[in-house]
Amino acid sequence: MIFSESWLREFVDPGMSTAELVETLTMAGLEVDNVTSAASQFSGVVVGRVESAEQHPDADKLSVCRVTDGVTDYQVVCGAPNVRPGLLVPFAKVGAVLEGGEKPFKIKAAKLRGVESNGMLCSAEELGLAESSDGLLELPETLTLGADIRVVLDLDDKLIELDLTPNRGDCLGMIGLAREVGVLARAPVNELEFPAVEITTQRSIPVATAAPDACSTYLGRVIENINIEAPSPYWLQERLRRSGLRSIDPVVDVTNLMLLELGHPMHAFDADKLQGTVTARFASDGEKLTLLDDRDVVLDSQTLLIADDAQALAMAGIMGGLSSSVTRDTKSIFLECAFFSPLAIAGKARSYGMHTDASHRYERGVDSALQARALDRATALLLEIVGGNAGPVSVATGNSPESRQVRLTFSNVKRLLGVEIPQAECLDILSRLGLVEATSDTESCVFTVPSFRFDISIEADLIEEIARVFGYNNLPETLGMGAQRLPKIAESVRPVSALKRILVAEGYQEAINYSFIDPDLAKNVYPESQTVLLQNPLSAEMSVMRPSVLPGLLSTLSYNLNRQRERVRLFEEGLVFERRDGAITQTRKLAGLVYGSLNPVSWNQPKQAVDFYDIKGAVESLLNLGLGTGAYEFVKGEHSALHPGQCAEVRLKGEPIGFVGALHPRLQRHFGFPSKAYLFELDTAALVEGRLPAASALSRYPEVSRDLAVVVSAGIAAGDLASCIRVNAGDDLTELTTFDVYEGPGVGAGRKSIAFGLTWQHPSRTLSDEEISAIIAKCIKALESEFNAELRI
Amino acid sequence: MATPDSLLTEALEAIQNSSDEKSLETLRVYYIGKKGAVTAQLKALGQLPADERPAAGERINVVKREIDGALTARKSILIEQSLSAQLEAETVDVSLPGRRQTQGGLHPITQTIERIAAIFAGSGYEVAEGPEIEDDYHNFEALNIPAHHPARAMHDTFYIDPATVLRTHTSPVQVRVMEGGAPPFKMICPGRVYRCDSDLTHTPMFHQVEGLLIDRDVSFADLKGTVIEFLQAYFEADLPVRFRPSYFPFTEPSAEVDMGCVSCAGKGCRICGNTGWLEVMGCGMVHPRVLEMSNIDPETYNGFAFGMGVERLAMLRYGVGDLRTYFENDLRFLQQFN
Repeated sequence: MIFSESWLREFVDPGMSTAELVETLTMAGLEVDNVTSAASQFSGVVVGRVESAEQHPDADKLSVCRVTDGVTDYQVVCGAPNVRPGLLVPFAKVGAVLEGGEKPFKIKAAKLRGVESNGMLCSAEELGLAESSDGLLELPETLTLGADIRVVLDLDDKLIELDLTPNRGDCLGMIGLAREVGVLARAPVNELEFPAVEITTQRSIPVATAAPDACSTYLGRVIENINIEAPSPYWLQERLRRSGLRSIDPVVDVTNLMLLELGHPMHAFDADKLQGTVTARFASDGEKLTLLDDRDVVLDSQTLLIADDAQALAMAGIMGGLSSSVTRDTKSIFLECAFFSPLAIAGKARSYGMHTDASHRYERGVDSALQARALDRATALLLEIVGGNAGPVSVATGNSPESRQVRLTFSNVKRLLGVEIPQAECLDILSRLGLVEATSDTESCVFTVPSFRFDISIEADLIEEIARVFGYNNLPETLGMGAQRLPKIAESVRPVSALKRILVAEGYQEAINYSFIDPDLAKNVYPESQTVLLQNPLSAEMSVMRPSVLPGLLSTLSYNLNRQRERVRLFEEGLVFERRDGAITQTRKLAGLVYGSLNPVSWNQPKQAVDFYDIKGAVESLLNLGLGTGAYEFVKGEHSALHPGQCAEVRLKGEPIGFVGALHPRLQRHFGFPSKAYLFELDTAALVEGRLPAASALSRYPEVSRDLAVVVSAGIAAGDLASCIRVNAGDDLTELTTFDVYEGPGVGAGRKSIAFGLTWQHPSRTLSDEEISAIIAKCIKALESEFNAELRI
Repeated sequence: MATPDSLLTEALEAIQNSSDEKSLETLRVYYIGKKGAVTAQLKALGQLPADERPAAGERINVVKREIDGALTARKSILIEQSLSAQLEAETVDVSLPGRRQTQGGLHPITQTIERIAAIFAGSGYEVAEGPEIEDDYHNFEALNIPAHHPARAMHDTFYIDPATVLRTHTSPVQVRVMEGGAPPFKMICPGRVYRCDSDLTHTPMFHQVEGLLIDRDVSFADLKGTVIEFLQAYFEADLPVRFRPSYFPFTEPSAEVDMGCVSCAGKGCRICGNTGWLEVMGCGMVHPRVLEMSNIDPETYNGFAFGMGVERLAMLRYGVGDLRTYFENDLRFLQQFN
């Protein structure tokens, strides 16, 4: 909300400069976002009167005017359409400086089409008072000729923009803001006058509330025989402008002024368009209404309406309807002032995609005790501007909000704030804020919450008010950090940070991608996934929750290849999302990608592209962080994003925990990657699972090693052979390595040779040659029978 | 037969001319080995008259010692020479780069979260995590933000369905921790959060770290002390910190925390919008209703919560200019943090 500092100062003199006021408001929780000037920084402009205006001899659109500043007459050439004798206008004399365009400019005596002009008559736009103008600014006749415009129009006023939090609806009107400033500055606040309105017509329209909780007060009165064509006075237009609103017509202007001044929205209907009783009620499902802004809405039964006997008239507290609206032809109005409960209005405007000044206030709470006075004040103002006769007020009441009482136990102030604030000071702060002591004893005090504060309902709210006014920065700072206890650290759980550091050591760079991705990308990479869609995505390209981390890494690879990076190693850890059996699953994954050369470009390392075994090695490093070899295995796997011939499923204790492999050539082509990318994606939960080291005694007896090379059909997995060897090599096998794989001349087409190194060690004796030879023989026999292997000699 | 002296002359010359340890060894065997020339002369002493034998024997022994001495001296020279030659031959250009895998690195957001966690861990705050697709109850209701509360408009929420959202803050993790245990609680919850907002200063996904302390007799003064100490620890600077009253439905009292601008030291600059202050955190005393909803008795326990934007802290700490660069994952950007 934007307010005029001068207007505020009419209510309260805080005894501080603008800067101090801004600081005080901000530090009391009414954050000032911006401070601007009411007008541009011009000088030398005075009140002038047009004495005469005659047609310029050489220009159709120009007038040659005689203008007086009360002392001297000046000849001024003017192009405004509304220039006429008798008009008071801003007169920039020779030497005046106006802002406009890039830099200020000085008014000089000049000839316009041969006629001398000494100065310039100004529009509102030229003084920075309006975005645009179509003629001279017409000044009130009461102004003194020759007076500085800045002074008489109060143009040194500052416009202060507040970013109010939703709890402070009471400050959405000038009287509430003034009350707050009065409390903060310990300054008296001038109360508004609410003069009684003289009833000069008996015409009235009956009102009712059929929603007694949602609308507990509904007041309305007819004002007939108004002159809707009467212009709003300059001060009213200017007050609206300085609060960020445009002048529309006097009726709207006055209701808007009430909105700004009292924080109370009001609405005016064309009285001649109403039939029967005006009732506040909930809409029936499907009921229709055309709003003031021409929009047709279909209402639901949760929406509070104002309706007459024939039709819906307005969305209560949000916006009026078109059919009953005040127009240029309106002769009589029905002025409404109602209290709608915040709960009845909250969220409604938003549910229709709307947000209005009225809904903004009603949602946050409007003073429930203000309606009668607000209606009278608006009526009195309107009668001054548009004339007419005011009728009696029609009243409908429902269940008024109960006045709230909140107890403050003084010792809790210290408990919550950590400092003793004297009782007297607490009481003083709260009473200045309008809280009234209902009962009290030595330890506590019960306060009645004023009707304009909707944000005070528990003790903590009272203590916050005390702290706020006392000053947060006057409260002490202590380092109570609660009970200090030693952490429980599960040693067998490997922190994700440790996994990440393994990858970092292997040259991988961590990426963080958005969790929502392009559905086409999701489908391409992971067609079988049941994805989770956003209802309101920012764009179609960010509309599906990632079912895998891989699409993000592939996009990141693409992004970097487009920027001449040729060797890319990436990883990312985070949640992936899928629907399974109707429910949404959220699983943490660790995924990685390698692309380009194995080694960084170097004088002493071979130029060699990465292959499957490089990324598999990284995965093995991850798996080995927490578990000894043997708890996991790699088996030939299938994954839609991976090359069917270069894809392994990773299993931990027999359970699948992820995949590693080459990007499917179909996707490689899709992304336009010049070379192969290799990927892995693993369940983080499986990777963090570890175990405690369990030490065993070292054997004092020698190790025995043997090599075993077999030739098998090329399709046989080395891992299967190793498993077979492990099973048959006895309990004393301490190490099994695969040290050679060979296909080519000598082993026969479709065959390969694989060589294993076996090492045994017995804990308590030396193993004999005979024992080892027997074991080797057993292994060979098993390999022969299970894999049709031949011993290679 | 040669005389001992001629043998000596011959041997010394041969030793001097030998160029390696092997030929030196051959000379040793030839002259003073068991079957060597000098040894043979000793053996032949018996053929001399008895009275000549002592002097002749004495002379042969001197010759033998001299040859032995010359061999040893020559040997150490040769060792020295061959070591020098080896060193010369094995000299490398130490200015050439080493052979290694280049290091990768952690994302600056991860580094920032780890730093924050490490600072709080020092006082016993544990790390808790929670789901990112969150139900309405945990994201809003349990934090005292009922349906249609105006505060919901402050959260531009992504919806999966009307009752399921992408969490708009990490506060629901607080709720889950409180529901799942008994006080006291002392934890921080880092993680991704989502708001449907995207412009120069907003990305639709960003990171928060939420902190929570629930215990007996925790005060707003404790909150202030903790926040100030954290900010000064995080920025390693004695920065001024101020607290402004604010509003969050889940805390009461609530505060925004401003820190003296790290860039201009409070003088006013582009980064702080010429105010000298940077808004870095929201915090407050946990609302009694929030405690009640998580089955904690607010009469016995109370506490504070605070939340900060990780991207913002990292921007201020590392001088990152554009928020969006965090999620573009340009290697040239990321590698600046390695």
